[in-house]
Amino acid sequence: MMLPTPSTSHVCFDHVYEPAEDSFLLLDTLSSSSEAAFLQNRFSNAQSPPPLVLEVGVGSGVVLAFTAANAERIFGRQDILTIGTDINSFACQAAAQTVRTAITEYGHGKTISLDVVNGDLASCLRPRSVDVFIFNPPYVPADLPDFARHDKYNVLPDGQKKTTFEQDSYLLELSYAGGEDGMVVTNRMLDQIPEILSTGRGVAYVLLCAQNKPEAVKQRIRQWGIGWMAETVGSSGKQAGWEKLQIMRVWKEALNLQ
Amino acid sequence: MKLLTLNFLTCAVKTCKSSPAAFPLHPRDATLQVVETELNLAFLKNMLPRLMWDELRVVADEVCGFLLSFPPPCFPCFPFPPTRSDLVVGGEAGAAATAEGEEEVEEVPSQTAQDLHRVLLETTVHEGKLVCGNCGHEYKVMEGVPNFLLPGHLV
Ligand SMILES: C[S@@+](CC[C@H](N)C(=O)[O-])C[C@H]1O[C@@H](n2cnc3c(N)ncnc32)[C@H](O)[C@@H]1O
Ligand SMILES: [Zn+2]
Repeated sequence: MMLPTPSTSHVCFDHVYEPAEDSFLLLDTLSSSSEAAFLQNRFSNAQSPPPLVLEVGVGSGVVLAFTAANAERIFGRQDILTIGTDINSFACQAAAQTVRTAITEYGHGKTISLDVVNGDLASCLRPRSVDVFIFNPPYVPADLPDFARHDKYNVLPDGQKKTTFEQDSYLLELSYAGGEDGMVVTNRMLDQIPEILSTGRGVAYVLLCAQNKPEAVKQRIRQWGIGWMAETVGSSGKQAGWEKLQIMRVWKEALNLQ
Repeated sequence: MKLLTLNFLTCAVKTCKSSPAAFPLHPRDATLQVVETELNLAFLKNMLPRLMWDELRVVADEVCGFLLSFPPPCFPCFPFPPTRSDLVVGGEAGAAATAEGEEEVEEVPSQTAQDLHRVLLETTVHEGKLVCGNCGHEYKVMEGVPNFLLPGHLV
């Protein structure tokens, strides 16, 4: 079944990441029949508390909007909660609009979208509150931008209605540059995952590219402690036998003490 | 930002995470906006066990102070915390009737459900600050978007 892609026609792609192959791999993976089955098994009990879906780095909001609008198909229920964060304030404004539109247009208005907050990763989320975590990080091996300019570039220039060219370049760098192995931002995020995921039903989806050394990343996660799992559940763009992009699912298996 | 969002947020300062005083964050100098949305009864019912009621009450009481221009949907207006039945006119007819194959009756949201919906999802902080009760840090809210970036995050 083809699910409609949320409209992002209001988003200015000069300084907000434009949905690309990575974004679409995330959408396809979350709505694939195998992931939907996994998620419904965890969340579809109609009277259990609504799951909280957090996307870090929402960008245009296309992934969170898709998840919200297709909650029934993905989670087997419509009463889910969504929340997003991005370090780029222009992305926050754009994404909030994308989610609102998608929910009214084809989500039957039933999903509850909370807010999109301007912040670093998930640092403002209450510990153990996130049931489903989604992250399409800046994953390209390239120098991180100079954050000293962030406060200045995160808002419109004084008295102006438009961003400057340097500002736009900085904001776009934030969306792809991942430092060494493209893993600097992702590693900081992975460190927070055990703390933010809810006990029992929390699950995380993180996009990796081939240069991120995904096999080593997954191995490291499995060493977080007993029960921690990391598997590839979606991939695209085979290159010389390597998947160019993949979606890794991270979760903790409940211990069966019998 | 919606008041319900405050049920999931805490101070972004690392050392505040373990302090009970860092949650909830306290709205200050807030300009509120009421944004009407459709009420989702199933959501409200399922949300009851998930809400942090004491913290929600703190926030709602603080915010009531700003609600001068319209009747406050303050917490004392409804049983606290409400049950699933409190949210439906005439109580939750419920599962039993439907299971017996009778025609499913459309449940009508009670005043309590409407008040809860108003507080959680329709009352939003448009401009203002969110203050941490532990370290005193003030997070600005601009055009409905709170800014949680700390200088330390960006080095
Ligand atoms: C590859 S883009 C993904 C955008 C969108 N989720 C998508 O899939 O199309 C990465 C996003 O992460 C954001 N980002 C980068 N560093 C971040 C950080 N430390 N905290 C929060 N968001 C961050 C960028 O601003 C950008 O919007
Ligand atoms: Zn604090």
